[in-house]
Amino acid sequence: MDGLPSRSAVASQIADDAAIAFDNVRIGFAEGEILRGVSFSTRERETLVLLGETGTGKTLTLKLAAGLLRPDSGSVKALGKQVSSMSEHDLLDFRRKVGFVFQEGALFDSLTVGENVAYRLREDRVNEDEIEPRVREILDFVELAHTMDMLPSELSGGMRRRVSIARALVNRPPIVLYDSPTAGLDPITSQTIITLILRLRDVYGVTALLATHRLQDGFALANFHFDQATRHVHRGTAREKSHAAITRFLVLRDGRIYFEGRPEEILDSSDPYLRRFLI
Amino acid sequence: MAETPLSVAQPQASGPQTPSVREVLLDAAKVSVFKVQEYSKLSLRSLTNLVTKPRYMQDTVAQMDDIGVGSLPIVLLSGFFIGAVMVLQTGAQFERFGQTSLTGDVVSIALVRELGPTITGLLVAGRCASGIASELGSMLVTEQVDAMRAMGTDPSRKLVSPRVLATLITVPLLTTISVFIGLVGGMVASVLSLRLSATTFWQRAIAILEFSDIMQGFSKSVVFGFILATVGCYQGLNVRGGTQGVGRATTQAVVVSSVLIIVADTFLTKIALFLADKVF
Repeated sequence: MDGLPSRSAVASQIADDAAIAFDNVRIGFAEGEILRGVSFSTRERETLVLLGETGTGKTLTLKLAAGLLRPDSGSVKALGKQVSSMSEHDLLDFRRKVGFVFQEGALFDSLTVGENVAYRLREDRVNEDEIEPRVREILDFVELAHTMDMLPSELSGGMRRRVSIARALVNRPPIVLYDSPTAGLDPITSQTIITLILRLRDVYGVTALLATHRLQDGFALANFHFDQATRHVHRGTAREKSHAAITRFLVLRDGRIYFEGRPEEILDSSDPYLRRFLI
Repeated sequence: MAETPLSVAQPQASGPQTPSVREVLLDAAKVSVFKVQEYSKLSLRSLTNLVTKPRYMQDTVAQMDDIGVGSLPIVLLSGFFIGAVMVLQTGAQFERFGQTSLTGDVVSIALVRELGPTITGLLVAGRCASGIASELGSMLVTEQVDAMRAMGTDPSRKLVSPRVLATLITVPLLTTISVFIGLVGGMVASVLSLRLSATTFWQRAIAILEFSDIMQGFSKSVVFGFILATVGCYQGLNVRGGTQGVGRATTQAVVVSSVLIIVADTFLTKIALFLADKVF
């Protein structure tokens, strides 16, 4: 690609100790090939923002990382395991270590908020006495403890996303995959969700893949950090505040990686396609 | 044609080739075989899940309540009137030969062997196969099934096996109740219409039954329960096309399970009659 910076040197350096690594992944359906040889990797505590237009394969990438889909060729590695070649039985165990936040929340509509959040704990046969305080703690974290006995249909769109985040995090997974968490939300609610993701990164140190078509979501994660001492969000990267977390961008176009790099690289780029995301 | 920004029709060098009738038929056959294969795999997995952990007994009990207790009113009502109408139809014929006492025999055998399991199977299929398909279909299109998988739960264990086990238990029980209520309905009709004594009706209805008759009715109800649950689950978990697809799957679940129940009934009757001769 002319005029674009070469792929970040960071990407090749971290391939060996990667929390998630895609190697030449291809997948297609009846309508054609969606991902055409995608390779990237993220290291622990890193947030990788997947940018791209609708239909470029962002959700597919997340589902491949969680082992919900198998690639036609290539390999997907996460937490040191070859996800793409695991048996379905092993995948069920693996997925317990990965949190997945679906675009529309995907809450179980016949269960209350509390039961939704407690679902994973009950599946893991956690003691019932232990479940209630843990559910309350994580609902407190997303500031929705008062909704514990409500049904998902009684919540707003933004509240449902926050419950979905709480459900994905209740057993403290080391990796969290966010599928367009701010899609269809108003700017204020979107900001609340991004602040929450930011807090999760800086408090729990999770590795994250975040699919979005909003560049500002990625920049918010890159340029702000949550200070645990003051319990406020401040400008400045987490790295500057002695955290190891970094935020990188990966732009998908026509089933391939079009750009991979740091936020400042995308800002400095003169590539017309990338500039369209900045408008 | 002048090239303007509004032109939409473009001359094509060569259009897409129209597939031959043979290719269309071959593709349709492949799709059908694939569906049968997927249905068989799901059905088999629903049974193998029952013998391995984890098992979802709480979900099974909830399904038994929904399918079993929920279907009780329609089974009771239809069972009573089917028994009564059987007596009215057969009694009219027996009256011509002065053999009205045989009514109890005929109604009893027809209900235990055939009408009890089949009518119950069809009624429960109409009520529950559609319910299962729409529930699972809605869960699929709202990504709840994917969410379940993402949290390390096998949907075939959590959603399919409890429903299959619930129908395997409740449909035979519902059939038993339906047969009993059918005989009560038959007795009421024979007393009021044929002036037959209730004691005579019951004595003949019970005396005519053999072990093979009860086994025939029982085995049919188990198979019909299995069919309606697995067809409902298969249709629900294979929804395509959003909410419209859920509606299609619901209709398909009732149609396919009803047809399969009637087809299976024919084969089960033949097998049961053969076994009655050779074994019992």
